[in-house]
Amino acid sequence: MAKITKKPDKEKIGVFLCHCGTNIAGVVDIPALAGYTRDLPGVEMVDEYKFMCSQPGQDLIKDSIKKHKLTKVIVAACSPLMHENTFRKACEEAGLNRYCFIMVNNREHNSWVTEDKALALQKAKDLIRGAVARAFWLEPLEVKEVGVNPNVLILGGGIAGIQAALDLAESGRTVYLVEREQSIGGNMAKFDKTFPTLDCAACILTPKMVSVGQHPNIKLWNYAEVDEVSGFVGNFKVKVRHKATSVNFEKCTGCGICQEKCPVKRPSEFDEGLGNRKAIYTLFAQAVPNKPVIDRVNCTYYIKGKCKVCEKFCEPKAIDFEMKDSVEEIEVGSIILATGFHLWEAGQMPELGMGKYPNVLTSLQFERMSNSSGPTLGKILLKDGREPESVAILHCTGSRDVNYHEYCSRVCCMYALKFAHLIKEKTKAHVYNFYIDMRCFGKGYEEFYHRLLEENVTFIRGKAASVTDRAENESESGKLIVMGEDTLSQKLLRLPVDMVILTNAIEPQLDAQEVARKFKISCAGGGFFLEKHPKLAPVATASDGVFIAGACQSPKDIPDTVAQGQAAASAVFALTQRGKVELEATTAIVDEELCSGCEICLSLCPYQAISHNAEKKISAINDALCKGCGTCAAACPSKAIFARHYTNQQILAELEGVLNERI
Amino acid sequence: MAKLKIAKYWADGCGGCDVSLLDTDAKILEVAAIADIVFWPIAVDGKYSDLEAAKPGEIDITFFNGAIHTAEHEHIAQLMREKSKIMVAYGSCACMGGIPSLANTTDRESIFETVYHLAPSNDNPRGVEPQTRTKVPEGVLSLPMLYERVKRLDECVEVDYYLPGCPPFYKRVADVIDVIASGKLPPKGSVVGAKDKALCEECPRERHEKKVKEFKRPQFAQDDGKTCLLEQGIVCVGVATRGGCEARCINANMPCRGCYGLLPEAMDQGASALSAVASIIDSNDPKEIEKVVNQIADPLGTFYRFGLPQQRVRI
Ligand SMILES: Cc1cc2nc3c(=O)[nH]c(=O)nc-3n(C[C@H](O)[C@H](O)[C@H](O)COP(=O)(O)OP(=O)(O)OC[C@H]3O[C@@H](n4cnc5c(N)ncnc54)[C@H](O)[C@@H]3O)c2cc1C
Repeated sequence: MAKITKKPDKEKIGVFLCHCGTNIAGVVDIPALAGYTRDLPGVEMVDEYKFMCSQPGQDLIKDSIKKHKLTKVIVAACSPLMHENTFRKACEEAGLNRYCFIMVNNREHNSWVTEDKALALQKAKDLIRGAVARAFWLEPLEVKEVGVNPNVLILGGGIAGIQAALDLAESGRTVYLVEREQSIGGNMAKFDKTFPTLDCAACILTPKMVSVGQHPNIKLWNYAEVDEVSGFVGNFKVKVRHKATSVNFEKCTGCGICQEKCPVKRPSEFDEGLGNRKAIYTLFAQAVPNKPVIDRVNCTYYIKGKCKVCEKFCEPKAIDFEMKDSVEEIEVGSIILATGFHLWEAGQMPELGMGKYPNVLTSLQFERMSNSSGPTLGKILLKDGREPESVAILHCTGSRDVNYHEYCSRVCCMYALKFAHLIKEKTKAHVYNFYIDMRCFGKGYEEFYHRLLEENVTFIRGKAASVTDRAENESESGKLIVMGEDTLSQKLLRLPVDMVILTNAIEPQLDAQEVARKFKISCAGGGFFLEKHPKLAPVATASDGVFIAGACQSPKDIPDTVAQGQAAASAVFALTQRGKVELEATTAIVDEELCSGCEICLSLCPYQAISHNAEKKISAINDALCKGCGTCAAACPSKAIFARHYTNQQILAELEGVLNERI
Repeated sequence: MAKLKIAKYWADGCGGCDVSLLDTDAKILEVAAIADIVFWPIAVDGKYSDLEAAKPGEIDITFFNGAIHTAEHEHIAQLMREKSKIMVAYGSCACMGGIPSLANTTDRESIFETVYHLAPSNDNPRGVEPQTRTKVPEGVLSLPMLYERVKRLDECVEVDYYLPGCPPFYKRVADVIDVIASGKLPPKGSVVGAKDKALCEECPRERHEKKVKEFKRPQFAQDDGKTCLLEQGIVCVGVATRGGCEARCINANMPCRGCYGLLPEAMDQGASALSAVASIIDSNDPKEIEKVVNQIADPLGTFYRFGLPQQRVRI
């Protein structure tokens, strides 16, 4: 399609001024604005209405398009985020291409931000003049439709992925649930109890895990990762790598004898290093699937070439030392990323003694310790096997701290209360909470806090500064001393305790950036996946057809995670149910006459829509992948790339219109 | 066909443009065959008075090289415009200001201060500065006034064609001579003797996705002799510069300086080059980016080496 290079002189522009009740009309003098607009070049007619977005308002636009044979339409109303689609549709219903429409934001950009009526009128005039100047350069664009493959990929089998998988499988979709660990379950599987109700985590999680394992519509691919994603909404191609498990799952009965006999002992990652696992292992007793994998890095056979004890004892002959990674390509129409979070190790805060003093625990270590199927069978024990007499829980470890993570990790206050309760329940220890603010925002959370206040737990308002074992007097000897300030009594404090539990910040997964790049989405400031809109589109992303759910989007508790899992499932359901998607037409395009093949643009595209055409020695843009963000168009030093609907001429005309009283 | 009458002039420039016409070798003989050179101070005898005596439109083509920096340059430009049917801005200085226009980063007073007082080679005990009029016993001596700002030729007179380059590459000059000889002139206002695509198109070096962690000045870089210079961290503005020179600097292992100027669709050569260079810095860490950016020596002189009076935003 050729670009307009000369300003067309004959245009019939219709301008519609919305009052938005008194939202706009209360500040902007609409009759004066209408009078002014009527005299602008190209303007065929001007009309106004109380609510342009209402049915009569839309009808007004449609009728005017037909009556006046309008070629361009401008609506001065609210933000395009609110109603651009409404008016585009109205235009289209009257036979005008949706890209021949411009929305002027006369509310958020004008009436809502000033009380000065004279200035508001001036600004409205300027904005409309800009839109009129731009309208001359707008061109109709063609909107293409593609079909949607009903299959779904879900990455990550934590509670978010599990919930989404079950909902979608129930709706009849085929779900590929790809989990990189041996079992699904995610972090929740490590917990003993869950706040605020103190339900046993396993009791509510394992039935769902089992359902996933058994559901005919779910292909559960554990110990697998995604290598490559191509395609676009409705039509993704995904290469999934099945990592070699060294165990033939078809033959394995999950009897567990191999794990019993394996001579290798390794610190268990699932137990956060507090317990051991074998070289052939399942994550935990209720793992789904309940079939082990061999950790080749630590297996004696792979190191020394002999051992094979597991093979000897395996009756169904399921051990396969020669197994290789295999890559399978699947086609799906939509994707849900539910990759969860990573617990910050707090290694950058040596003053808290993590890794130095064995009785300083991370929060997940405590979860494992408190879990009745964990390394201590649920007993709260010091390294030497004694029960602690006193425990300090330090809040905000690396959260709400400009040096580490500025954000609040959101669940720590609550699990700190849960920990305090569990310690009280299981030991005679006294529990101290060092907190900055108690953030108990959820349903039943404040009530849980009050319950704990009555359980004789001490709350000290102040962040703990450091932990040491250097005793200054008899009462401190053999203890860990927490130093801090009680900001309520304004006293510096040295508190000797037996055990310290950190509330480590919740971080994005370490490979979140890489995963984001693979799936062509972005990461927000803290590194969590960026949603399309923080309020109105929390599980959608800038990449159509790719959704996010759970802690990969931001730190969150299980209720919010499950809600997002269901939200993402319903978004996918709506998309696949519709069966078709429109591709955004405001994409970028390369002018082959001007592209010199400098390749500046290649690495810039966040959606990997640009490739190098080796034959023509120029860049090429894949329309279906391009989101029209304009990055390449801005960077192209030849200006050989232009963004449809945002061409230089369109932008400059609008600027000139805004700045120049005479257009 | 009657012989064409052509003229050439040298305003604020280095003289390389005059040499470039001679660089066409045997082609210059063709010029002589189709044209009479009526005025060319460096090559043929001639006086301003001859020019003043000519009738309007008497000269067919004027090749004007050099930027406009003094009253004399402007006067002659206007005179030649009046006497010529076709005015060609010849070379980067006439087309877009060129190297002399880097003077626009400062003002006349500071230039005089540097040149007549501070320069270590000066011996000026009386602190003399050039005056436009000086009384001497024999009468009044006059010098043309030095302007505050260096201008492009088309800021003073209407220009019909632009032939860029510092100096224009002799093969492109020869092409233009052929076009003139053929009589098939392109639309007025055209850039001639240059391509519409950026230099990269004719650059012989290998290109890949660009990711740069460090910028180096050419003299400190270990050029591998085959990879895109920009990829090697050497600021090359060829990405934002018209081709046509056949990558003569690159073939001498030096980065493009941008003398062929702005690309047809671009609005500002320096800004285009800058946004391209900024786009390839391989970091997301603001501090690191700042460090990398600061490695670019003399950014203004690098990105606007030839086109300062042509940029959108005036300084
Ligand atoms: C100490 C602690 C205690 C908590 N206690 C409570 C509580 O009592 N109540 C409550 O409501 N909330 C609690 N939470 C919060 C709770 O952990 C989260 O809400 C929940 O785990 C989030 O679930 P998820 O599915 O989003 O992520 P996760 O549980 O992190 O699961 C993510 C899954 O994705 C997999 N994965 C990651 N990357 C990839 C990849 N690239 N490819 C394939 N698979 C991948 C992971 O292996 C994992 O299985 C607690 C958090 C902590 C740290």
